[in-house]
Amino acid sequence: MSTASHGRLDTQLCIAESMDVVRARADARQLASMIGFSPADQTRLATAVSELSRNILQYAGKGHCEMRDISTNDTLGIQILFEDNGPGIPDISLAIQDGYSTGGGLGAGLPGTKRLMDKFSIESRPGLTRVNIAMVRRRA
Amino acid sequence: MRIPILRIGRILLASIQVEMSDADALRFQSDVVQKISEIEALGIAIDITSLEVVDSYMARVINDTATMARLLGAEVVVCGIQPYVAMTLVEMGRDLIGANCVFDLEQALQRLRERIAARGDADLDTGS
Repeated sequence: MSTASHGRLDTQLCIAESMDVVRARADARQLASMIGFSPADQTRLATAVSELSRNILQYAGKGHCEMRDISTNDTLGIQILFEDNGPGIPDISLAIQDGYSTGGGLGAGLPGTKRLMDKFSIESRPGLTRVNIAMVRRRA
Repeated sequence: MRIPILRIGRILLASIQVEMSDADALRFQSDVVQKISEIEALGIAIDITSLEVVDSYMARVINDTATMARLLGAEVVVCGIQPYVAMTLVEMGRDLIGANCVFDLEQALQRLRERIAARGDADLDTGS
């Protein structure tokens, strides 16, 4: 189980092929919309989910993600955990630097995702990588 | 899902109407390059109005496609980037879309015609 799992588990998705990335970002957008996030935030979240689920595919081959509604009386919140059993990220501080990539990408994925989200944490060792993101907004 | 690439004289028009997987995006890129070379297109307009998410990978495919088209000799204009997509791209950092962008297809076609006319090396309306 995830280390930081509170809130209701709404969606659990397997990520093992290219179409799963499309599915994951559509599900994230839908859940964010149901929770009441603005269209701009829905887009931020869907984009972050797209980046992170692609990373699973590219670096680990497969994995899964869990989406949770963590809203409270005062706040709207969504938390998404990405988990895989791939080789792990050797140097996390390097991986979240702009322009750094080992996979032939732009190196904008992880640092970009971090900027889009309110919470962003990575724990990684060979055989287990967990990326946790969350977006939280005060209720209008 | 294959993205249709339409032809108007020697201008090509590609409107992405569905959410693309990475594999779809790469196939689109190769279709565009092939089609440009096949008809020696002078320009191509790529409409991304329906893309609700453009992440760093998709941005790279769009940029690379535009660069490839330019290398072949075609002008490239991207149109219809959604406002939230633009916000997200900028927030993610740097120039994720380097191609020339306009609001809509009409402007894209106009911009292409202007740029092709400015080159002065080709007749737009002949199919040759």
